[in-house]
Amino acid sequence: MNVLAQKNMKKKKSFREWIKTRKGQQAIIIITFTFIPLLLLFTFTYLPFGKMVEFSFFRMKYTGPRNFIGFKNYLDIFTREDTLNALKLSVYYLIGAIVQLVAALYFATMLSFKTRGGNFFKGAIFFPYLISGIAIGFIFKFFYTRGFVLDSVLQLLGFELENLPYWLKNTAINNWSLVFSSVWRYMGQNMVLFIGAIMSVDVEQYEAAKLDGANKMQQFKYIILPSIKTIVLLNLILAVTGSLSAFEPPYVITKGSNGTATYFVLMDQLAHEGVQKVGLASAMAVVLLFIILIITGFQKMGFKILFNEGDADNGKCKKTLIKSFTKGGK
Amino acid sequence: MTFIQKTNRYLVKILKYFSLILATLIAFIPIVSCINTAMKSKEEYISTTIMELPSKLNFSNFYDAWERANMGRAFMNTSIVLAFVLTGSILIGSMLAYVLSRFVFHGNGFIRLLFLVAALLPGVAMQVPTYKIMVSLGLINSLPGYILVMMGTDVISIYIFIQFFENIPISLDESAIMDGCTYFGVFFRILFPLLKPAIITCMILKGVATYNEYYMAHLYLQRKSLVTVATSLYTFTGPLGNQYNMICAGVLISILPAFLIFVFCQKQIYSGLTSGAVKG
Repeated sequence: MNVLAQKNMKKKKSFREWIKTRKGQQAIIIITFTFIPLLLLFTFTYLPFGKMVEFSFFRMKYTGPRNFIGFKNYLDIFTREDTLNALKLSVYYLIGAIVQLVAALYFATMLSFKTRGGNFFKGAIFFPYLISGIAIGFIFKFFYTRGFVLDSVLQLLGFELENLPYWLKNTAINNWSLVFSSVWRYMGQNMVLFIGAIMSVDVEQYEAAKLDGANKMQQFKYIILPSIKTIVLLNLILAVTGSLSAFEPPYVITKGSNGTATYFVLMDQLAHEGVQKVGLASAMAVVLLFIILIITGFQKMGFKILFNEGDADNGKCKKTLIKSFTKGGK
Repeated sequence: MTFIQKTNRYLVKILKYFSLILATLIAFIPIVSCINTAMKSKEEYISTTIMELPSKLNFSNFYDAWERANMGRAFMNTSIVLAFVLTGSILIGSMLAYVLSRFVFHGNGFIRLLFLVAALLPGVAMQVPTYKIMVSLGLINSLPGYILVMMGTDVISIYIFIQFFENIPISLDESAIMDGCTYFGVFFRILFPLLKPAIITCMILKGVATYNEYYMAHLYLQRKSLVTVATSLYTFTGPLGNQYNMICAGVLISILPAFLIFVFCQKQIYSGLTSGAVKG
């Protein structure tokens, strides 16, 4: 915009005249329409981000004096036992996310063929996505409590209560319990996305395939899968970054106790509880951000190699990526 | 059709409906058991198992939960937040999208990149420095402060609007300009009314996200009078933590609005999600 202004000044037009030209009008609308969004973006995203990077080089609390300690915080992340364990927990969430994708793909395929009560099933499976994370926390605390919902259901199926584990305390199983609550919540949302993608396939293709005598398995393999591979792959990438930043289930259900503290939960605890290790928590956030950026970069390359797609499609992927990142109340 | 093909077809059908019913049960059981428990009186809750139905429908838990968690106040606060956040996000998103999709200028690509990268920054992680900034701006414990943060971290609506603008022919703008319309006029009189579908999509996606947001609300709205529907549920942690008959009632109250919107706007929710992500 400044450049525009300078150019016009060179033409020795007065400012008043320039403002009346089309260019001038454009400049005004560009400035007025971008000013507030950019101000908000700067104040609540880039300023905190800059601060975060700054904090990561200090030993500090929220208030009080701080000491510059260089890269000590970053070294700590890779030597502390709790941070490394927290990173390992991501594997649980990654496996859960992959199971979730497969299930979502299965149900989406089922429901995109003619199904009696299809809308009901779709709605029932999708609805959990609309419940707030904190409500889901209570629902699953209740669900997993000894002798309550899950135990009762399993007893109906013939299990003895004595043989059942404590779902949220037993360290052999509690992370899976949390992962399940996440799958329960997001599977339907994935399914709806996949149904949308499948529906965008040309109906004529199915008709032609049917005429050629293709069965449902073949229809899935040769028509449905190729047309939705982009969104499936994209969701796979999201599964990786999402499981690294898994936060809500342990935060609201177990508060990270009994070995369920994922990377973000641990970070939240370090920053807010006890000695308030704000510097270390910031460094953890920076490290995770780098990992996510690298994975996103790989995704971009991967799409280019796999599909040989032009920039237009990459733009699409990026946008989808953004949306999926911003969902889930992080 | 041979016999084997026929049985195969039936097997596939059985498997299909079996798996669908199973998935529906899994989706329902946690919620239905919550409804069942919420209907029980305190004595009944203690004396019966989870699976037993209440002897008579009892709504006192809902009343208790409503009072204890100050949910009247919570619904009022959440409505205020929703009204401002939705209006703000829609105006900001559509205005920015208009400028970015209609004008070629220095910094256009850069602004897009800024918002793209912003979406990649993990939100929870940024709360440590954001909290400090909020403190220094004096925005802790103020609804306007929370509303600003919620608007400031919004990227979804911008992208929905950009995508929508790209499908409105630019010749529409040009002919309006020819007729002597200003750019502001083009935006507010010609284009904004056309954005209705995108606005509905935005309201649903952003509305659900805002209604359910609890992490930042818990952090920035600590005063009791500033409780939102989502944070009102925090009342049930601590000493009340095992009175599940009341907790379930509270949880159900908080879910009800989302459920009603889902029942009445199912189609819009699905298409909003897919248009937000698939065609992206």
